[in-house]
Amino acid sequence: MEDGFKLAGKSYRSRLIVGTGKYKDFHETKKAIEASGAEIVTVAIRRVNITDPNKENLLDFLDPKKYTILPNTAGCFTAEEAIRTCRLAREAGVGNMVKLEVIGDERTLFPDVPATLEAARVLVKEGFVVLPYTTDDTIAARKLEEIGCAAVMPLAAPIGSGLGIRNPYNLRIILDQARIPVIVDAGVGTASDSSIAMEMGCDGVLMNTAIAGAKIPILMAEAMKLAVEAGRKAFLAGRVPKKLYATATSPLEGVLA
Amino acid sequence: MVRSGAVFLLPVLVHINGEKKEIGAGLTVAQLLGELGVRPGRVVVELNRDVLSRETHGSTTLKEGDQIEIVHFVGGG
Repeated sequence: MEDGFKLAGKSYRSRLIVGTGKYKDFHETKKAIEASGAEIVTVAIRRVNITDPNKENLLDFLDPKKYTILPNTAGCFTAEEAIRTCRLAREAGVGNMVKLEVIGDERTLFPDVPATLEAARVLVKEGFVVLPYTTDDTIAARKLEEIGCAAVMPLAAPIGSGLGIRNPYNLRIILDQARIPVIVDAGVGTASDSSIAMEMGCDGVLMNTAIAGAKIPILMAEAMKLAVEAGRKAFLAGRVPKKLYATATSPLEGVLA
Repeated sequence: MVRSGAVFLLPVLVHINGEKKEIGAGLTVAQLLGELGVRPGRVVVELNRDVLSRETHGSTTLKEGDQIEIVHFVGGG
C-alpha cells in the first residue's frame, strides 16, 4: 500500500524525522540515522570555532543529496534571532525548509508562541518552507496554518524530557482541524510514544533525545522506525472501538453441553 | 608611495564570531576563510548582519570594524 508522506510538495517514505544532536560522534550519528530510516534530519547552526576549526563537518557524514537537511533555530529566543538564523541556513544551499523554534523559557524550552507566529509570518513571506515547533495550543496551530506554514509541529512534552504525549486531547483537536501535516515534535521517550502519535493520525514524529540518549542508540533508532510504521499501519487499518463490556470472539453456538 | 610599487597598509581590527581579531588590510572574505583554515563550502558568512552569498566571498573586501559571523551546521534536534 502506497502511503507517502508529502511535505512541501516532496514525497517521503519515512514518517520519522530525526535530530542529529547529542550523539557520541559523527560515526554514531550516521549509523543511528541510517537505522532509523529517516529521510529528513534536523541540524543546528552554530559559530565555527575559528581557533580550532574542525576538519570534519556533519555534512561529511550526512550527504545532503541523500537526506533533506532541516536546519533548526534552536537557541533563538526572539523572532529576530530566528529569522536571522533561517537566512543564514538558507545560504548553505541545502534547501529552504526550516524548523522554526523560538524558545520562551530556558528550563522548559517551551516555544514563545507569539514570537513564533511573528517569525513564521516573515519567513513564509520570504519564501521559506516553515515547520514550526509549537505547543499543543489549538489556536496557535490554526494560526500557523493560516500564516502558510508547511506543517505544524506540536510538542508532546518538553524537549529531551522523554515523557511522551502529555496532552492527547489537544493533539486530537489539532489533528481534527489541521489541513497541513501534523508532526509531533519533542518529548518522545520510547517506541510506544511514537506509535501512539501515529495511531492518533499524526503525519509524522520528530525526535532526537529519544534515540541519541538511549543506551543503545542504533537499536532505539530501529525501534522507532518500526514503531512509526506500526502506528501508521494501525491507524490506516482502523482499530476496534473501546468498549466497557466484553464481546466474545469465539462462536456462541455449538458449545458442548 | 614606495619605489617597489607595493603599498603598505596597516592591519585592520574586525570582530569574528564575537572576538576581536587583527587581519591583513584588503583581505577578502574568501582569503580570510583560507587563512583561518575554514572550508568555504561548509560555512555561511554574515557580514555586518547581512548574509553573504558564497559567490561574493571572493569579491567582498573586509574593512576596519566589520562584524563577521562564520557559521556551520552542527548536530541538533
